[in-house]
Amino acid sequence: MDLAEVPPPMASLKDATAIAGIGRTPFAKRLAEPEKTLACRAILAALDDAGIAPSEVDAFASYTMEETDEVEVAKAIGAGDVTFFSKVGYGGGGSCATVAHLAAAIATGQASVGVAWRSRKRGSGPRPWTNTAVQLPTPAQWTRPFGLLRPADEIAMLTRRYMHEYGVTRDHLFNVALACRNRANQNPAAMMYERPLTRDMYMNSRWISEPLCLFDNCLETDGALACVVVSAERARDCRSRPVYVHSAAQGLPAQHHGMVNYWNDDPLSGPSWTAARQLWKQADFGPQDVDVAQIYDAFTPLIPLSLEGYGFCGRGEGGAFTEGGALESGGRLPLNTGGGGLSEAYVHGFNLITEGVQQLRGTSTAQVPDASTCLVTAGEGVPTSALLLRAD
Amino acid sequence: MADATPPPEPLLRPTVDEDGAPFWDYAARGELRVQACAACAALRWPPRPCCPHCRSFDTEWRRMSGRGRIWSYVFPHPPLLPAYAAQAPYNAVVVELAEAPRVRLAGNLVAAPDAPLDSVAPERLRIGVKVQVVFADVDGMAVPRWMLERP
Repeated sequence: MDLAEVPPPMASLKDATAIAGIGRTPFAKRLAEPEKTLACRAILAALDDAGIAPSEVDAFASYTMEETDEVEVAKAIGAGDVTFFSKVGYGGGGSCATVAHLAAAIATGQASVGVAWRSRKRGSGPRPWTNTAVQLPTPAQWTRPFGLLRPADEIAMLTRRYMHEYGVTRDHLFNVALACRNRANQNPAAMMYERPLTRDMYMNSRWISEPLCLFDNCLETDGALACVVVSAERARDCRSRPVYVHSAAQGLPAQHHGMVNYWNDDPLSGPSWTAARQLWKQADFGPQDVDVAQIYDAFTPLIPLSLEGYGFCGRGEGGAFTEGGALESGGRLPLNTGGGGLSEAYVHGFNLITEGVQQLRGTSTAQVPDASTCLVTAGEGVPTSALLLRAD
Repeated sequence: MADATPPPEPLLRPTVDEDGAPFWDYAARGELRVQACAACAALRWPPRPCCPHCRSFDTEWRRMSGRGRIWSYVFPHPPLLPAYAAQAPYNAVVVELAEAPRVRLAGNLVAAPDAPLDSVAPERLRIGVKVQVVFADVDGMAVPRWMLERP
């Protein structure tokens, strides 16, 4: 038999790699150090958590709206020769894709120790939407001049339609804000640690873009985080308990248009639906088996929309899903257990990845008993990505 | 004598790119036109180089009646760019066109073509309300606005 005719087996990502280390800086409205310094601190902390020398790092992955690049970071931390590096687009939609790209690189032998990171001074720095020269080109030329200036305005437009079509209410959105705030109240690292939220506060807060109020919007944070990805085999010899990358996916739906997704047939089914189909296709378990979820929460309505997209409930049922404490500890699907972007820190979703790791190590400040599976998602609305993590 | 008050900042002008330029040329003539495939006749929005249905590069711009319905709407509040903050809270709407409900245009509901963005009482905005296109002059550029079909 001619061996050349036998195709090699397709490499599988399933459980082939693991997150072996996580690290972060403090979160605050303003940190004194520059983003590059914060990035190095988070990355070195993650490598120390894994027990891996910085000189062994040979892969980097980041996502856009990140000012520090792999050249600067690699030379500062003393990385070795780097053989894989990638930068995923669409800001918060790329968070989980960084881990996915590293996992793919490591599973296919392109590298052995990968670092993904996020460093951002959005708390003390400028708001991205104020830079109109960058923000105005396609497709924003068709929306910004009409006063849809900010992501909050763009998502508020979808939210009003979502409320109209499916009976989602402000109380449903409050349920999301409250669950995140309650978890932050248990997490000393969270910006909202000692700041409880009540329904009264929520209902009487100022509008940002009606129907979205202040508490429907994420925080503004300075901070940096990182994680280390290695092969599953190597992870078992590392300092911390490994958390396996069970499945990973990106999602750019047919005829999608970015966060101003008003122009396809069905604007209320966004990129999460596309990522979800690929994610579950590769997995050994389904939505009913997820113990805890870290779902991207730049705005509260992204949670019910994502719950539908990732298959936790049917179309239009995302609002109702949040009722009866479903998202709280002990509920049907404990959500954003570090407090999320709404109440821990808004660092484009990277804290959702590290919190997923904490849960599956059993070290979260709002630990779900015996959690063994976790969904982590990136920004919904923009081209997105997601991870299924599994405990050792 | 110098005027102590700085001139008010204008609203953002739409960025004109090659795909979208005909839209603004027609708008300057008071016509609302949407890009369509000259081969299979499918409308497409926003404009792009070729047809996602039949892949033809032959393009035409089809005139619309200018009638539509409000698909959704918001009321942005500050912080906003200065020109918008000056009118906030104002409305921003997405309108689905009567002939092509899947073609939706972002805009503003106004009481007259060049009236401010907060010129219609908020309680008049409803999903499904019928509207008609008009054109406003924004910094010398014709930009579509929407007026209630029954003011």
